[in-house]
Amino acid sequence: MNIIKDLWGELWEVLKILAAVAPYLVGYVLVILGTLFIWTYIKRMLTPKKDYGSLKTVTFGDESAVTSNTVASVVSIVLIFVMWGSFTGSKLLPGFLHMPGAFTGEGSFTYTATAGDQTDDATVSVVVYTVGEDVEAPEVAPGDGFAKDDSIAIGAYRNELFRVDENDEIGRADGAVITAVNGQPIAPEGAVEVDFGTVSMSAKGTLNITPAKGIQMEAIWLPSPEAVWARVTEIASAGYRNSTLAEHLGYSLFRVIVGFILGALVGIPLGYAMGLSNWFRGWFDPIVEFMRPVPPLALIPLVIIWAGIGEVGKIILLFLAALWIMAIAARSGVSGVRISKVHAAYSLGASKMQIMRYVIIPNSLPEIFTGARVAMGVCWGTVVAAELVAAEKGAGMMIMVASKFQSTDIVLMGIILIGIIGFSIDMLMRWAERILVPWKGKG
Amino acid sequence: MSGLSINKLSMRFDLPNGSSVQALKDVSLNLKAGELLSVLGPSGCGKTTLLNIVAGFLAPTEGVIELNGHLVTGPDAERGMVFQQGALFEWMSVRENVSFGPRMKGQKASQYGSEVDHLLDIVGLQDFKEKAVYELSGGMQQRVALARCLANDPDVILMDEPLGALDALTREKMQGLVLKLWKETGKTIILITHSVEEALLLGERLIVMAPRPGRIHKEYNLPFADMGVGQDLREVKKNPKFGEVREEILGMIWDMEEEIMGRDEGAGS
Repeated sequence: MNIIKDLWGELWEVLKILAAVAPYLVGYVLVILGTLFIWTYIKRMLTPKKDYGSLKTVTFGDESAVTSNTVASVVSIVLIFVMWGSFTGSKLLPGFLHMPGAFTGEGSFTYTATAGDQTDDATVSVVVYTVGEDVEAPEVAPGDGFAKDDSIAIGAYRNELFRVDENDEIGRADGAVITAVNGQPIAPEGAVEVDFGTVSMSAKGTLNITPAKGIQMEAIWLPSPEAVWARVTEIASAGYRNSTLAEHLGYSLFRVIVGFILGALVGIPLGYAMGLSNWFRGWFDPIVEFMRPVPPLALIPLVIIWAGIGEVGKIILLFLAALWIMAIAARSGVSGVRISKVHAAYSLGASKMQIMRYVIIPNSLPEIFTGARVAMGVCWGTVVAAELVAAEKGAGMMIMVASKFQSTDIVLMGIILIGIIGFSIDMLMRWAERILVPWKGKG
Repeated sequence: MSGLSINKLSMRFDLPNGSSVQALKDVSLNLKAGELLSVLGPSGCGKTTLLNIVAGFLAPTEGVIELNGHLVTGPDAERGMVFQQGALFEWMSVRENVSFGPRMKGQKASQYGSEVDHLLDIVGLQDFKEKAVYELSGGMQQRVALARCLANDPDVILMDEPLGALDALTREKMQGLVLKLWKETGKTIILITHSVEEALLLGERLIVMAPRPGRIHKEYNLPFADMGVGQDLREVKKNPKFGEVREEILGMIWDMEEEIMGRDEGAGS
């Protein structure tokens, strides 16, 4: 029963976060929809369209009437960067687009101390500075009365417990108690809003000064786009962990390409054999069908035990990731050949070897290309994951190490580059497919 | 002995559920070189099985087939085949498809080039020879299939509903082309079709097959193919004799279909 209670608690946490995020998501959707609405309206005004598609009256449910709207894509991408910049206070954006940031600058509040039947007010001057700058608490005159004025410097996004009575003539040890902040009464574990943030009181009666944090992200959680870009250029030349960016990415790509090629070299002939012979089909079907649903990531621990964390282990892992996909693609490519094509080739006098060369192989190429595209995608994902676990060089290793040092900029940069490379691989494979097997789907 | 002889052919095979099917029983047929035989019959009468046995894709359980005095044991370039559709190699251009047979024999482009061009000319695809076959219409694809078969210079051409997937107008034009090719090349042709009109127009001889077991039900010798070489096929269809034979055969096939349905219903109840 405990597990149900725990799981329900977890679910409740998730739902609470979702509820907190919902307003932002709604805002995002509204911005996109608003843009599209305005854009569509302007476009209609400028160029009334009269092509075949625009004359269709039934578009809802007509798959052919739905095409990817370029404007929506551009708005989508631009908006992501605008939001990123807006929540990080990026200098690439004009200031009015920034979300309210953390308070910096000077502020002050007064506190009222009571000792027996005496009371006295004193002022606390607060300087909030951007972390990294060298700022000292300003000198202030002590002022009159037993409670003396204080000053403190606090970094943005930080808070400070501050014993304001430490310099008072009658301090906490002498029985003085702080009873009000800015004239509003305060008690232990209470809080008062001041013009630059919040002043709260701990259980023991110490004031805790928290300058307003705004709703921007601190660089340690989300660095601004220009900071990430600066990291890209820095690591591209100076390197990270003894390797330049090109070396990290190059190693990952090298592993993928070698692993994939080895997997294809073994997998394709294996698939052909399975497609052409009962014995091979029976021999390898159980192995292939079992290994196919095993995620390559699940093999990482075993591969590390057997082959260590060097190149050999990585390439074995990627070989295994590509092997089954390529074998199955080649097998279905062979099985997919129409018997009438084979019959026709025999009636035209072709030998078995010629049928293999001129009918079965070309007929299976489209399937093999589809398999290769899937395999490359899986290999790229697997290599990054394997490097996350253990590696000396590589894109995954780079972001894993960076995360341990809270270098969020490197982590973000790595994720973006990994995404771009994965996308490029897929595009390249599609392009090769168009050039090399134009007869795909035309049989 | 020149020609194709089919001698007491029977085909009987077991089904996974233990029963067996008699697809053909005692089919005998002699075809002289240069004859065009069309084969008609209701579905399931074994006409495609017969063609596959002649082509060498299936071995009969009894009986033999001899072509020009030697036994048929497997597929061979001497017996060309034209399929209904989907048998072209879409990874090759029209010209590569047509020259497939000669190329498999190891001939050089200089040896087969003029013959292939000549055939492409006859089927009217000279302007399309460098196109990919999937860019062509259905009718043009079947013309490629005919040319590909002829380029190999087979003794017998087996056609398994070659025009079945075409629309009515294209089909009429293609029927004229088949007749023309038959007369020009003098090949022996076996044509399987579902269309009674097509069988009558093209077949010099015609057999109607009956199902369960598949056997030859009736044989005709027809004058229409010869007429069709000289005149428009539409004129041939207006011939009163044409209509008479057509009705007779249609009635025959209708009766067979009804008998099958009656038997199935009887077995079902």
